[in-house]
Amino acid sequence: MTVSLFFQHLANGISLGALYALIAIGYTMVYGILRLINFAHGDIVMVAAYVAFYGAAMYALPWWLAFPLAILLTAGLGMIIERAAYRPLRGVPRIQLFTSAVAVSFLLENLGIVVFSGRPKAFPRPAFLDKPLHVGDVIIISYTPVAVAVALILFGGLLYIVHRTKVGMAMRALSKDIETTGLMGVDTDRVIMIAFAIGSALAAAGGILLAIKFPQINPLMGVVPGLKAFIAAVLGGIGNITGAMIGGFLLGIAEIMIVAFFPQLAGYRDAFAYTILIALLLFRPTGLMGEVEPEKA
Amino acid sequence: MRTSITRNRILTVLALAGFVVFLVYAQTNWDAYRLRILNLCAVYTIFAVTFNLIYGYTGQFSLGHAGFAAIGAYAAALLTMSPEQKAANFFLAPIIPLLRDVEWPFLPALLVGGTLAALASLLIGWPALRLRGDYLAIATLGFSEIIRVLFVNWQRITNGSLGLKGIPDHTNVYWSWGAALVTIFVVKRLVDSSYGRALRAVRDDEVAAQALGVRLFTHKMMAFMLSSFFVGVAGGLMANLISTIDPKVFMFFLTYQIVGITVMGGMSSLTGSLVAAVLYTVFLEVLRPIESPFDLGPLHIPGIPGMRMVLFSTLLLLVILFYRQGLFGQREFSWDGLLNTLARLHRRVTGLWGRTPPPSTVDKGEQ
Amino acid sequence: MALLQLRHVSKRFGGLVAVNNFSTELQAGELCALIGPNGSGKTTIFNLITGIYRPTEGEIWFDGHNITGRRPDQITRLGIARTFQNIRLFSGLDVLGNVMVGQHLRLKSDPASAVLRLPHYLREERAMQRRAQELLEALNLAHLAHEKATALPYGQQRKLEIARALASNPKLLLLDEPAAGMNTAEAEELMAFIQHILEHFKLTIFLIEHQMRVVMGICPRIIVIDYGEIIAEGPPATIQNNPRVIEAYLGVGTYA
Repeated sequence: MTVSLFFQHLANGISLGALYALIAIGYTMVYGILRLINFAHGDIVMVAAYVAFYGAAMYALPWWLAFPLAILLTAGLGMIIERAAYRPLRGVPRIQLFTSAVAVSFLLENLGIVVFSGRPKAFPRPAFLDKPLHVGDVIIISYTPVAVAVALILFGGLLYIVHRTKVGMAMRALSKDIETTGLMGVDTDRVIMIAFAIGSALAAAGGILLAIKFPQINPLMGVVPGLKAFIAAVLGGIGNITGAMIGGFLLGIAEIMIVAFFPQLAGYRDAFAYTILIALLLFRPTGLMGEVEPEKA
Repeated sequence: MRTSITRNRILTVLALAGFVVFLVYAQTNWDAYRLRILNLCAVYTIFAVTFNLIYGYTGQFSLGHAGFAAIGAYAAALLTMSPEQKAANFFLAPIIPLLRDVEWPFLPALLVGGTLAALASLLIGWPALRLRGDYLAIATLGFSEIIRVLFVNWQRITNGSLGLKGIPDHTNVYWSWGAALVTIFVVKRLVDSSYGRALRAVRDDEVAAQALGVRLFTHKMMAFMLSSFFVGVAGGLMANLISTIDPKVFMFFLTYQIVGITVMGGMSSLTGSLVAAVLYTVFLEVLRPIESPFDLGPLHIPGIPGMRMVLFSTLLLLVILFYRQGLFGQREFSWDGLLNTLARLHRRVTGLWGRTPPPSTVDKGEQ
Repeated sequence: MALLQLRHVSKRFGGLVAVNNFSTELQAGELCALIGPNGSGKTTIFNLITGIYRPTEGEIWFDGHNITGRRPDQITRLGIARTFQNIRLFSGLDVLGNVMVGQHLRLKSDPASAVLRLPHYLREERAMQRRAQELLEALNLAHLAHEKATALPYGQQRKLEIARALASNPKLLLLDEPAAGMNTAEAEELMAFIQHILEHFKLTIFLIEHQMRVVMGICPRIIVIDYGEIIAEGPPATIQNNPRVIEAYLGVGTYA
């Protein structure tokens, strides 16, 4: 493999990693607070892609209108799901909560099929993202640095919120001890909703990046990336936002590079992530940056 | 109310005999379409009952059902298809020599499918069953998808994404409902035994169960493997019923449907699983017309493909949120329960007609 | 030889030392109490004995076996049973079912025999049922056999938990705050009951209790811990007048 080819693959992996990272953050935020794997998170990604699609392709909105709109609407959807399907089940045995998450995911997928039709649609790629850039011998597409920039900027924004605002502090407190934080006068419901909104917004950004990258959308497009993003979150240490970011990039790069070096394994690409998950859960469930949770009797 | 065990046994035997008569009648008189639905009811019953065993009774949220069904389906298909059919299918890449010339009868093929699925569950359960609730779900979902990815890639074994066509239609109501009845029998017997109590203890409170000497991992694995065996058999039945399979049939969608059926029937109720599975299969067929265009008087309603699933998943969500115990909750069918209900209805009806009902002998104190 | 031995057992959770150099012995047939202020490490010690936690240092020996770091179900199999501070009954089973789970570990028949209802399985099942009934009768719970376990009044639930623990045929019974939530009269009745089962079932009992009066009345030996360390040990009279014990419970300078 030539050097330039190597870097091209790397660039590809990095841009894939960027969108995994954005989706992974949403998972990790919700898990950190509610200890819930939001099965519906991957489908949120799909919804964002479709809303952006309708805005840009159907209503001919410019991308700088359609995309933020999609993100906003998806954040709203995330809040609705939390309010309708998760909050009512808070005092109930956990297993019911997981089942609810599965049911929401199932419903979103089916709604997607009915409303958007099962046939894939081509996603309109903004022109400026399609330009080839020359870095020495290497040709990378302009999408890549933009994707990374978007991921880093949003991540930076999130870090600011989490560490510099009251809401962020409340989120951190909730993830440590949800009961006590509630007793301290924090409006748990509101903070959780905001966490879902932010997580969904980030996932939406990831979804739009996903749609631009591939650039085809279908109602089940969010499931596999969603699972992989979750695995990335576990890799980085579930509950840890920075870990999710790192895990996302690592996973994206690994996925591309493994296939680049071993093209005969291309068909098993999806299986890598799952294998990584099993290995993680067996040998290092806390991931790269996670904390060991103290056992309770 | 004194339970008359002999009476109940007689009633059960009579009911089974009646059911067998019904099956014979259906198999000889019904058209292929209705028979297909009847067979599918049995397959989904097995799916639901086995999921109930692992989730409702043992408390393990495993989302691997589709994967195990896939293993059973492909095993049965490859073993029962004739060499000519296989040659016709494997035109992209020839089938591996081991499978090329085999053509087995149905029962051994089904059993092999079930056994392979059980072995896969042993492999999967080994790491996965040590995990907590939601992690177990993701891990098993991941495994189910790995199986699918493998099947898509093993061109020479499974014919990849082309799938298999022309699988012999060995499945008839005797096979399908026979398997379903065996599954129900085994699961019920297990659940009503000391092992069943132990499984429920594991579900209700692992820490306390372990403190009483219950080997957590062994019991979870037992339920998991038993469940997977029957799921594999059900997969084989399905393959020989719908005669065309490809990896897409066994996507997580199938698992989600099974979760839905079992939850709606009532976790920890085998009766519920049976009833819900039958209702699901029947309603899915009954509602098929809404997915193609039809006329409602002057209105022309365009067909909406996928609408049935939207209805189902909405219903599921509503059940989870507002009616968590499902149709049957933790109750099982019992002759005593049925006769009691009938007696109560009888009294109410006679009351409605103005006649004073005789003093009830069922309610008062004969507990 | 002592039935239970804790040798220099310590447990650290990260930087927090929950139990520090705890050593003691229980002889067969003893009734011993472990008391101390809240957070002193009492339940942690129980969790160490029953295998829920692994000691950071030290060893635990029971009945001649080194049980340090073994799994809880293995330890129960050797003859230790326990109840929990927050009652942990099986909500999906009735009272009788709860007790019968306690006997499951001794079941010799395999699942296949259970499914096929082979004669030797049926024999074992019947025996288990009889023994469970006897236990319930001994504890005055027989009339509630088919009630939902979690529907019982609190005091009965506690007794049920004890019955369930007894069902596993233990040599050593660990009771974690059995009198919690009871008024004095109920607690005294419970203590009398504990004394009764001590003799009747030939047990050794190690109990954690908070209510001093209740413990002082019946336990010949009391161990007092604070911050994970033993601060006093001996018969009730010695403990009551021990200044360190008073200080631990009431704080320094209260008796100014």
